Amino acid sequence: MNELLKLLEKNARYDVKDLAGLLSENENELAKQIEVYEKDQVIAGYHTIINWERADVEISKAIIFVNCVPERDSGYDKLAMRIARYPEVESLSLISGKAEFMLVVNAANMREISSFVAHKLAPTEGVNGTETMFILKEYKNNGFMFSDEKEDGERLLVTP
Amino acid sequence: MIFDDEINNTVRYLKPSGIRKFFDLAATRKGVVSLGVGEPDFITPWHIREEAIHAIEKGRTFYTGNMGLYDLRKEICNYYKRRFGVSYDPDKNCIVTVGGSEAIDIVLRTLIKEGDEVILPTPAYVAYAAIIELAGGKVVEVPLKEEDEFKLTPEALKKAVSAKTKAVILNFPGNPTGGIMTHDDYSKIVPILKENGIFAVTDEIYAELTYEGKHCSIASFDEIKDRVIVINGFSKAYSMTGYRVGYILAHKDLIAMALKIHQYMIMCATTPSQYAAIEAAKNGDRDIEEMFISFKQRRNYIVKELNRIGLKTHMPQGAFYVFPSIAISKMGCEEFCEKLLEEENLALVPGNAFGDAGEGYVRISYAYSMEQIKIAIERLEHFLKQFK
Repeated sequence: MNELLKLLEKNARYDVKDLAGLLSENENELAKQIEVYEKDQVIAGYHTIINWERADVEISKAIIFVNCVPERDSGYDKLAMRIARYPEVESLSLISGKAEFMLVVNAANMREISSFVAHKLAPTEGVNGTETMFILKEYKNNGFMFSDEKEDGERLLVTP
Repeated sequence: MIFDDEINNTVRYLKPSGIRKFFDLAATRKGVVSLGVGEPDFITPWHIREEAIHAIEKGRTFYTGNMGLYDLRKEICNYYKRRFGVSYDPDKNCIVTVGGSEAIDIVLRTLIKEGDEVILPTPAYVAYAAIIELAGGKVVEVPLKEEDEFKLTPEALKKAVSAKTKAVILNFPGNPTGGIMTHDDYSKIVPILKENGIFAVTDEIYAELTYEGKHCSIASFDEIKDRVIVINGFSKAYSMTGYRVGYILAHKDLIAMALKIHQYMIMCATTPSQYAAIEAAKNGDRDIEEMFISFKQRRNYIVKELNRIGLKTHMPQGAFYVFPSIAISKMGCEEFCEKLLEEENLALVPGNAFGDAGEGYVRISYAYSMEQIKIAIERLEHFLKQFK
């Protein structure tokens, strides 16, 4: 069933009929399997990748490294969940290296991100320090190119 | 043609490719949806393209040795050992060629003496018969049958063997049928080849697209390995058709002879392409896996859809073609394809472009996006309604 998950990861809009054809599976069974994945949070959600710059909508994104201390019982998990619940936080990962967490945060503008860091993130108990890097331009997002440069290799209509 | 009498007779009477004729027809129309292409739809993986660019930037643009870059031959031999369990020596058993096409040409010119017979299981890739004739050989066609899953059976092979038989062409997985030969299948024909001293010219360009089980190279049969000539290349496995890099793996004495033609005619394969090919052979196994899964899924989809709309289609075990029967239409395959193009603007390739045994079939390539495949199926379904 990894193949099913990989297909859906690339394109959440596949309909079950097409998936059944591609995987040589029964349509009803496949639909049930997807439901199970959704229920078990193996499929945690579906989202659309939007090139906001092209849509002419101003948003700001930043990568924030967070230094923090682990708690005696829960390690980093409890703190991670406290931070992750903020809607500004698009993704949060525990990482190796000089910081403990890496966040991708997005908001309407840089001022809002600064305010989020100053008033919510930095004062959180357990957070020792933050380092914020604003994203200036996105070239690739979740496997999709955001570039105007198209790869335009053309095949002939009929070849041997 | 004003020069008819002066032209080489073999060339003059060589049958033009049925594919070319159909391409010309399709090219005159607008909005054509085609499932007629014999190459993968992936753009070459970036790490391979990047090597070609790097080679040009570094000025690696001179001729290479005739056999091809040593590092490339070494990687090709490593690849054959790693993927198919067959050992070759990069110093003695390998020539890098300009695509599999040059390899077919120089191998057949090396082997064939005037009047030699070459057994060609058909339907087959269009170049084999022409090159056999150009080399002075005689084509002995062996029709592959749908009920045999387009495999070469020992009975059919035996029937075609004569005292003049020099070689047999094997192309499994095959264009246009997608037929494969397993180890078991080969073990039934190997004794016939051995007994009659027949060379096996095995074009394994689609080897990586073997869907059930692993590809079996006939070169893995030690008892005939000296008489097996492997032809392969980077076009299909790594989606590198335009780079034109192929190769021959064979006994050192055959390589020495084929090299004579190669060195006078070609000198060497394109240098930046050879560097790109090194990267592919060394670090491209993951690309192969990804393309394999994608082709397999599209094969499953298209076979199911074709059968649903009434075109009886057997499930091919290799390559990226399906070869359905068009018996339902009661038309010849050329008429079928011409009418389909005219009425629905959909281009498929008539089966007889691959030899007489392909009559009654069409070749459909599924090296296309799902969107294109869906549109093509809709058009085909609409077209088939008139026959129900």
